[in-house]
Amino acid sequence: MDSMADIKQTFFQECDDLLGELESGLLDMEGGDGDSETVAAIFRAVHSIKGGAGAFGLDNLVAFAHIFETTLDEVRADRLEATPDVLSVLLRSSDVLADLVRAAQNDEELGEEVTTGLVEELSAFVGEKAGAPDEAAAAGGEDISFAPLGTAIDLDDVFGDLDSVEESQRFIIKFRPMPELYANANETVLLMRNLAAMGEVNVACDESQIPTLDVLDPEGAYLSWTITVQTSNSEAELLEIFEFVEDDCTLEIKSEELPDDTIEPELADDETIPAEEEASHTDVEGGKDGVTSGDNTADKDNVVSLAEKKEKPTATAQASKEKDTSDATIRVNLGRIDRLVNLVGELVINQAMLTQGVFDAGLERGDSVEAGLEELKQLTREIQDSVMAIRAQPVKALFQRMSRIVREAARATEKSVHLVMEGEMTEVDKTVVERLADPLTHMIRNAVDHGLETSETRIANGKPAEGTVSLTAAHRSGRVVIEVCDDGAGINRERVRSIAIEKGLISEEDKLSDSDIDNLLFMPGFSTVSKVSNLSGRGVGMDVVKRAIQAVGGKISISSQPGKGSTFSISLPLTLAILDGMVVDVAEQTLVVPLTAIVETLKPMPSDIHDLGAGAKVISIRGEFIPIIDAGISMGYRTEPTDPLTGVVLSVETEDGARAAVIVDSIQDQRQVVIKSLEENYGHVDSVAAATILGDGRIALILDVDSIIDRGGSAVSFHENSLAATG
Amino acid sequence: MPLSVLAVDDSRTMREMLRLALTEAGFEVSLADDGEHGLEVLDGMAPNVIITDINMPIMDGFGFIEGVRRSAEHRVTPILVLTTESAPELKMRAKNAGATGWIVKPFDKDKLVDAIKRVAA
Amino acid sequence: MSDTEVKSKDEALELVAFCVGDQEYCVNIMSVREIRGWTKETSLPLTPPFVRGVINLRGSVVPVIDLASRLGLEQTEPSARHVIIIMQIGEQAVGLVVNAVSDILTILKEKIQPTPDVSSEAARDFVQGVLAMEERMINLLDLSTVLPTETIEGIAA
Repeated sequence: MDSMADIKQTFFQECDDLLGELESGLLDMEGGDGDSETVAAIFRAVHSIKGGAGAFGLDNLVAFAHIFETTLDEVRADRLEATPDVLSVLLRSSDVLADLVRAAQNDEELGEEVTTGLVEELSAFVGEKAGAPDEAAAAGGEDISFAPLGTAIDLDDVFGDLDSVEESQRFIIKFRPMPELYANANETVLLMRNLAAMGEVNVACDESQIPTLDVLDPEGAYLSWTITVQTSNSEAELLEIFEFVEDDCTLEIKSEELPDDTIEPELADDETIPAEEEASHTDVEGGKDGVTSGDNTADKDNVVSLAEKKEKPTATAQASKEKDTSDATIRVNLGRIDRLVNLVGELVINQAMLTQGVFDAGLERGDSVEAGLEELKQLTREIQDSVMAIRAQPVKALFQRMSRIVREAARATEKSVHLVMEGEMTEVDKTVVERLADPLTHMIRNAVDHGLETSETRIANGKPAEGTVSLTAAHRSGRVVIEVCDDGAGINRERVRSIAIEKGLISEEDKLSDSDIDNLLFMPGFSTVSKVSNLSGRGVGMDVVKRAIQAVGGKISISSQPGKGSTFSISLPLTLAILDGMVVDVAEQTLVVPLTAIVETLKPMPSDIHDLGAGAKVISIRGEFIPIIDAGISMGYRTEPTDPLTGVVLSVETEDGARAAVIVDSIQDQRQVVIKSLEENYGHVDSVAAATILGDGRIALILDVDSIIDRGGSAVSFHENSLAATG
Repeated sequence: MPLSVLAVDDSRTMREMLRLALTEAGFEVSLADDGEHGLEVLDGMAPNVIITDINMPIMDGFGFIEGVRRSAEHRVTPILVLTTESAPELKMRAKNAGATGWIVKPFDKDKLVDAIKRVAA
Repeated sequence: MSDTEVKSKDEALELVAFCVGDQEYCVNIMSVREIRGWTKETSLPLTPPFVRGVINLRGSVVPVIDLASRLGLEQTEPSARHVIIIMQIGEQAVGLVVNAVSDILTILKEKIQPTPDVSSEAARDFVQGVLAMEERMINLLDLSTVLPTETIEGIAA
């Protein structure tokens, strides 16, 4: 129904792929890995974008893609060398092309200033060539000769008869095909048929050139025709019929103003017969004959090569099939995958309930049911892993976007930067990849803007003028670790410290370790830039980055060496869909505590608990005093602290190493839970990382351990009211 | 019987557009992703007309046309080249490879259908 | 279809009316996703008192709001007789606890009168207009203000 809209959708999806290929190809070339196939693929990507854009009338996109393509064609033809300067312009062009695609997708218009500069730079590479085809494109199609055809057909269909009565004109066409015409599968008979469709046709065939059989070339063309057409169509329209064959024949079209005079004598000897009949008749005698006999004789070579080919294709077909199974992809609506993920989540829940139910029923150990359940558990886990793998995406596309950020940041700060990427094929959940884009962008900008020194400073410090930013991804113990590393000056701790004092974040007397000072960067409101550069001054600090990463269950840490550079390290869960958690009871509510945060669980002895000041308690675990946090209070479920001795202590630890002992009433179970977003229909709730659905269909909240430790276990604002409301 | 058309293009968008335009015009449409795939698809079918892009990975349009012309069954099947490149030398190369005619993208549905009818026996 | 038909169709509204305490409110039927019996919510910590908690709506976590409490009336003590109307507000699904659904009305838009100028803050914030039905007065609820604003900001951030 709405197919063109669907195809447009397909077009933008394809553009994403093509833009990816384009950028990675250009980056390969920049890294010296590009060969002629890389250049060809890059060219094709831009070419295809232009082609599709033309079909949807996206003129801005077509115009820019055209000049871009023209430049790439120069590179492809080895007329333009891919120097670093050229590649830099091409890379920026690919960025702008991506912007134009995005704008087109959102039905937006980008200002001319977006492309003007680049168009000039690109034009400079290709010299004069650039302008001309652009004009042709602007004129509404590159091949002007093709344009009138559509009109001709329309008129014919609609008004054909009327016109022929009113203003018909007579043309005399002399047409002599050459052998190539038949070799390319054009047919005289079709030309005649098309002419006949334009009006009344008289055809005279000249067979005088047919040689005697002994010298007749079976592939030759010996016939020529004189055709008289009485038609309302113009000469140009007649020429259109011969468009495909004009180089393979001699053709002469004359308009005959006085129809009754000169032509008649010429045609006097010929019968007036319908064009088609005549043409097919001659065909049998001449052209077609030539072709058919050609099949039997002149084509021996081709037959042999065909036989060879017959065997080969099976091999190639085999090869391409094998290739297919490894790389072949299908596009699936994300909603369907999410549904599958949900179902697997249900399965995980159900399997856990079943297991529980079976053992509650008092089965003997070693029963075959137990073995069956164990197998079910195994299978469930495998299905879950497979489903998660469907959502997994290599970080490559994300990293590629970062290369653009580096380019832009380098330009804006006038620094020379080299980006090194590693582990691009590391896979992470699609949602994680998407939500990582903004924080990563910010970190990369920071690395270039604040991390790296200017070339002059670098040279003065005996470093290479070009700074290096590296972006790496790797799997590490069930999580994905992404690092942004620069070889700049490192964190100026003295400055960070004095700024923090100035902003009242710490006091003059505070004794802070190097790592403590580094972590000040993540404090809300902290910003080290005293002068606002082109890139910063956006009011976004590392605290926002930290929160964004925490929002996807990730953690961020920093390490820095003066003079050598800084490394920001993000550790992320492999999936946002399922979490290993401990299901606990707190004040008659069921909560889930992420297993990754739990160091150990213990039943405290009275001697372990110590009071510290007013109302605060600590627990001593192997000689270390750890603050106690009452989960019921920090979640606002109760106001009176529970006796630590009646509950269970979960010893938890954050990524930064902060520890706490969280008191809960009891532990139900340890199992996998499906993560459900609270943000989707509500919003962020402090102390709550997400929600999950339990086996009985009820919702349980997943505790945000970092958040309750940060708040030191105190509940804030609404808790009393909240209590009253929920009774 | 409807005319059958094999359309070869590496762009998914273009394939979808061709399929839509040609199906609406009452043609029976087969599709292939590149020249090599086109030859595979062609093996075992006899389209009335073949439409092919030029710029394709693995095997480009020129290679594909030559491949088609080499086979006995498809030697006289009309081939229309579908390309954004209107440069005369490209048309010439396509012709030399054995192309019957050409259509310039962005194509107009009517022009496309007309061109097919023009060359289809 | 004649012009007048189009016009009258444009201006007719289908509304779902429901009781909140002893008052009657209504919303456009187009924003009602479904109506279901009350089930116990999982309470959300650190949220305003009118946010009762969240329920599982076929795999989605949907917040439930005590509409009476939101409107500044007495808090609801929900029972099995209460219903939750699941509303679609923008991109979000939100449940409203009400006493009962009372009516489905088709009215002309012009029948909606502006909210009378009263001192009640709740009336100004949550009532878009009122309409007279026989002896009753039904308030047209402004859904855009029902969710706590800090939540909406939280989502935007």
